[in-house]
Amino acid sequence: MDTLAALGHGFLVALTPYNLLWSAIGVTVGTAVGVLPGIGPALTVALLLPVTYHLEPTSAFIMFAGIYYGAMYGGSTTSILLNAPGESGSIVTAIDGHAMARQGRGAQALATAAIGSFVAGTIATVALTFVAPLMVKMALLFGPAEYFALMVLALTTVTAVLGDSLARGLGSLFLGLALGLVGIDMQTGQARLAFGVPELLDGIDTVVVAVGLFAVGETLYVASRFRFETEEIYALKGSKWMSREDWSRSWKPWLRGTLLGFPIGALPAGGSEIPTFLSYLVEKRLAKRPEEFGHGAIEAVAGPEAANNASAAGVLAPLLSLGLPTSATAAIMLAAFQQYGLQPGPTLFDSNPELVWGMIASLYIGNVLLLLLNLPLVGLWVKLLLIPRPWLYAGILVFSTLGAYTLNNNVVDLVILWVIGLVGFGMRVLNVPVAPCVVGLILGPLAEQQFRRALAISQGDASVFVTHPISAALLAVAVLLVAGPMVLRHRQRMAEKAAEKAAANKAAGRSGTTPAL
Amino acid sequence: MRVQPSGFRSNLLKASLAVLLAAGAVVAGPALAEVKGLEIIAPASPGGGWDQHARTLQQVLQNQKLASGIQVANIPGAGGTIGLAQFVTAKKRTPVVLVGGQIMLGAIVTNKSAVTLDQVAPLARLTGEYTAIVVPTDSPIRSFGDLLQKFKADPGSVSWGGGSAGGSDQILAGLIAKAVGVDPAKVNYVATAGGGELLASALGGHVTLGMGGYNEFAPQFQAGKLRAIAVSSPQRLPGTDTPTLKEQGVDLEFVNWRGVFAQASAKPAERKELEEAVAKVVASDEWKEILKQRGWIDQYQPADQFGAFLKEERSRIEGTLKEIGLVQ
Repeated sequence: MDTLAALGHGFLVALTPYNLLWSAIGVTVGTAVGVLPGIGPALTVALLLPVTYHLEPTSAFIMFAGIYYGAMYGGSTTSILLNAPGESGSIVTAIDGHAMARQGRGAQALATAAIGSFVAGTIATVALTFVAPLMVKMALLFGPAEYFALMVLALTTVTAVLGDSLARGLGSLFLGLALGLVGIDMQTGQARLAFGVPELLDGIDTVVVAVGLFAVGETLYVASRFRFETEEIYALKGSKWMSREDWSRSWKPWLRGTLLGFPIGALPAGGSEIPTFLSYLVEKRLAKRPEEFGHGAIEAVAGPEAANNASAAGVLAPLLSLGLPTSATAAIMLAAFQQYGLQPGPTLFDSNPELVWGMIASLYIGNVLLLLLNLPLVGLWVKLLLIPRPWLYAGILVFSTLGAYTLNNNVVDLVILWVIGLVGFGMRVLNVPVAPCVVGLILGPLAEQQFRRALAISQGDASVFVTHPISAALLAVAVLLVAGPMVLRHRQRMAEKAAEKAAANKAAGRSGTTPAL
Repeated sequence: MRVQPSGFRSNLLKASLAVLLAAGAVVAGPALAEVKGLEIIAPASPGGGWDQHARTLQQVLQNQKLASGIQVANIPGAGGTIGLAQFVTAKKRTPVVLVGGQIMLGAIVTNKSAVTLDQVAPLARLTGEYTAIVVPTDSPIRSFGDLLQKFKADPGSVSWGGGSAGGSDQILAGLIAKAVGVDPAKVNYVATAGGGELLASALGGHVTLGMGGYNEFAPQFQAGKLRAIAVSSPQRLPGTDTPTLKEQGVDLEFVNWRGVFAQASAKPAERKELEEAVAKVVASDEWKEILKQRGWIDQYQPADQFGAFLKEERSRIEGTLKEIGLVQ
């Protein structure tokens, strides 16, 4: 009840017209930076810090929270419309979201993303309000062994995006794993596969690779075919509203995505990509029509989009209750707390209840504002697809190039983007799926680091992965996820064979009897 | 038809300009020393220590009217060596300075960077942070003495959690090992991305001990979740009772400093101007106030002292990295 009273007071703080205005500014700016390439919420908050120096801390944090949530909403827009994910949390969205857009269902994809983000954001904010300390206690149980098991579990997502050919899918995965090796090895500080290029020492940015493979590769491919084949038309087909079927296929993925996103977001090394991968995998496994995945299944947009927004709220749990920054944006918000002379950490709830609860209340309000802002924008965004093809594709190339450059202000990133773009083009020509490559690139290095850390701490004893209960459980689930469908398929095949045999016998029996008739 | 300015006119112009300038000097005084169009390079992503120093410098220089049109550029990567390389080679019309620190020294050697701090001109050391060694409150290790006992008996059984490989924390771990007579190459160092990741593994007891800036851990001390068993400062930090390494028999001082550099190609007059501007910044109340808020410790050294300090620091760090085995 104390929590409710405190939250109620928080709403009184956040609902003053003055703070409401800052929240509105925050979500608008956030949506904009989410859509713009290369500018993330971390950079935006960093740029705004000196400007907000003279602002009330409460108002400033209400604005920052708006920017943070807003960027999560905006990130999906470019993924869906242009196949150019602006941040790593919306890479998965691009796979089916863009496919939907090409079929003239861009409006539905954007709508399910926006409503899913709202649902997930709101539920996760409720969770943040009531169970944050519990969540954080659980998060601290995760050591390197547990993280490694979680990464392995997430890696099983690959099975959902492998495509028709196992060999091609695995080839793509290994390319991703190899790209992930580039750069300084974190445990020893030695450079790997950097070939003396200093810009490669920090590794290859996942967003650059995703944009290269998805947007640049796709654009080159379309350009190469354009002269010979009639272009497919993919503006807006039918209504721009979600149909009854869209709703009924979306609501469960929203909830499941939230369930995955919030706890993993609260993990100090969880991040926003892993829940989106897991959500995609879960949805494909549970879907009635898994064959639609990769070709514009609405579940594959609804789930991951909910997951990345819920993880954004999850990140705030350790930040507010422990002073633990677990993402770049959280780190800069921590710096902002310090700028105002506030002590972030376990004592913040007691020492500055007005600020913390005002900010949490503003998250609820921000979510509503974001929905109000983004739903009407859907109609406007899909108009982008009415732009004549050559111009649109040229625009995508400019947009991608600009975004890759502004990530690190680095020309080498442009070279990487275009080389990867050419690789992506080649992969399309050879019918190799690109998604496994991105999964490998993101998860490979994470899994490797945690694996080696776990072994360093245990002094080389590999049994830690099965003697730690959480790690053992996660690994068991991973094995089930990979082996389960195989066993099922095998059984199905056996059953089919048996059925065939029976049918053949029957037929044989019949054919045997027919002449007698 | 073009009107050529007559000799008389242009002379008049010059004269009036001179008068104006003189008048300005009299009226505005120190405002004339303003640095125009300064660019500050933070060789790291937004949010980190170097970025915060760059932005704080920007803020104070601007508010104190010591410089105008200041821009901060983030060039992240490879422990600051990417930013350093671009800084050394950049040809700018306006003055440009680079923020950097101790981690850069280690990164230059471990990354075999093509450029080193020999190619820049030290302007000033600004701030520093002392490293705390922390354990969870419920750890069986109650004191630094306990830790040393365990460490000497079986070096591998102590996992030292800290920031990036070859960074300040690993160097301090190596220095401590050497000081207590254990081979620095035997330190079981677990590198993390620092910040939240390190804090979480220390809080969760996944590593034996955590190393990092004292202030990063301070809220956890107050909440009783972590305990500091040693700090790398020469004396106990004001308002705290954490014993220093020296008190506990390890003759070692270690500060994770941050400073600012000018281009080696900068003209002496320009360098002087920048040095003076930075000196005024660190003397200002605004700067002192921010340092207090952020928990940064004033470690200001003017250019010549900073240069001498850098030489000594380099040999210490490079030597330790060799002993740890990170650099051949």
